[in-house]
Amino acid sequence: MLKIGVPSKGRLMEKTFDWFGARGLSMAKTGNEREYSGRIDGIDGVELVMLSAGEIPRELAAGRIHLGVTGSDLVRDKLAAWRAQVADWQPLGFGHADLVIAVPQAWVDVDTLDDLDAAASAFRAQHGFRLRIATKYHRLVREFLTANGVADYALVDSQGATEGTVKNLTAEAIADITSSGETLRANHLKILPEGLIHQSQATLFLARNADWAPDQTATLTALATRLGLLMPGI
Amino acid sequence: MMLSASDRAAIRAVADELYTRLLAAGAVPVETEILQPAGPLLDLYGEDIRARAYVTADPGLGEMMLRPDFTVPVVEAHMRDGAEPARYAYMGEVFRRQEDPDARAREYLQVGFEIFDRAAPEADAEVFALFSDLLAPLNLRPATGDIGILMAAVRGLSTSDRRKAALLRHIWRPKRFRALLDRFAGRAAPSPARAALLDRLKSDTPEALIEAAGPLVGLRSPEDIAGRAAALIEDAATPPIAATEAALLYDLLTLQAPSLAALAHLRGIAPMLPAITPAIERFAARLEALKARGVNVETLPFEASHGRTTLEYYDGFVFTLAAADPGLPAVASGGRYDALTAHLGQGGSIPAVGGIIRPELVARLKGAI
Repeated sequence: MLKIGVPSKGRLMEKTFDWFGARGLSMAKTGNEREYSGRIDGIDGVELVMLSAGEIPRELAAGRIHLGVTGSDLVRDKLAAWRAQVADWQPLGFGHADLVIAVPQAWVDVDTLDDLDAAASAFRAQHGFRLRIATKYHRLVREFLTANGVADYALVDSQGATEGTVKNLTAEAIADITSSGETLRANHLKILPEGLIHQSQATLFLARNADWAPDQTATLTALATRLGLLMPGI
Repeated sequence: MMLSASDRAAIRAVADELYTRLLAAGAVPVETEILQPAGPLLDLYGEDIRARAYVTADPGLGEMMLRPDFTVPVVEAHMRDGAEPARYAYMGEVFRRQEDPDARAREYLQVGFEIFDRAAPEADAEVFALFSDLLAPLNLRPATGDIGILMAAVRGLSTSDRRKAALLRHIWRPKRFRALLDRFAGRAAPSPARAALLDRLKSDTPEALIEAAGPLVGLRSPEDIAGRAAALIEDAATPPIAATEAALLYDLLTLQAPSLAALAHLRGIAPMLPAITPAIERFAARLEALKARGVNVETLPFEASHGRTTLEYYDGFVFTLAAADPGLPAVASGGRYDALTAHLGQGGSIPAVGGIIRPELVARLKGAI
């Protein structure tokens, strides 16, 4: 069996079903509406595994699923040296979101990373601790700020309602996913133009560590043909 | 790559031998805890350390790290209850978190030596000569530098204190340092956003701009923002760093020569940048001390930027001893870190210099593993 992991609910699940459906492979949830099991028709030897989008990177890395659909941001953030563990086979053209750095709109003096760094330095001198950036994307944000030579900041973990952390005084700035920027504006935050860390979209990934015995490889070839994709390098 | 149990034993035997020789050279043995409180390390290295150290949590003490280096705990112990002058030796594991699954060095032994002594050039020479001597049979390639000269050059620029502070803050981040220098020297234009802000500040007060931009949320206060706006106005009115001075600094960043030739070159530029003279004289005194200990300073390589990316708390003499294989990390490295003792010393400070040796690499080069 070739196992393919897809998001188990919401728009990401619906769009994934649509994408495969448009290529003649129909995916559907089975059983009770609350039960996380699914079916794929139109090809033999493939099993559908319904998973939380956030857990798909880990399952891919462990090789417990052969293929998986999830956001490119999650794979890059959750997996160390992600290219060694998964191959990004095909971007799917939906689930677009940008991982950005946002600061209060009233920070009229901060528009560039250079400004953010200088503001962080002055903030630390003034307040006695490093400027806090709330995020759940620790690896991506830290790598980005290190590469751009920004210092004197601290990352604080925020798993949800991140836009509210500044108002609640648990952070001075945030790094989060946004598609329209509306929630940011509603919370009096502005996107730092130089602070675009990653442009994410739903992507079909292949697990390098999965069991690629001849049977699974043959199924993968058949799947690639059905999807109209070139075979990925495993 | 995993080391076998017998390889590990062979590495420990090499470490023991190095450690014994450091003790024979007059060092006092010290031990530090493997679990270190994360606070001082985060303060010193910033958020980057989280990517390079194993972080864990203690229910009572909070965030802890598996010892990523010995220098910080040894300095803390010395500042707390050490008498000076002091020479310490230590041996033990350090832990480095690795992103690359194939990386080798997640935990490895270090043998180290630290001197807390006010006789600076002598102590620099003592550490370097001792390490060179211990490792002489391996025919390692030495490299040296002096961050202090670069810092003195920045402090000596005829520009605002604010610009000097910004450059000094980023001396260990070559990319941002270079970007700042380019901007302060007028080689790079300010961003359009900066130009627009300065334009608006001509007609409006910072307070009015903050008010117009929207409700202010968060701890960064209107005073913080207005303070930075004032700094930007001051900076815009500051003339670019003179082309001759900037050229000297660019020249210094790329200076690479055998030590005596480097000294002659630095003495040649000192009249144009007199502030670096004391740092050059310290360099000269160090070369004398090295020569007295049998180091060939005619050929000893010197690079003004050596160690700027990897050895971040060093602020004076820096050195590495490396094998011919460029794929291997340095077998030994070290340097002077006077500012660190002030930073960790809660008021006190003492000149300090030290270095570490990686016994695994020594064992490998000796063919013991």
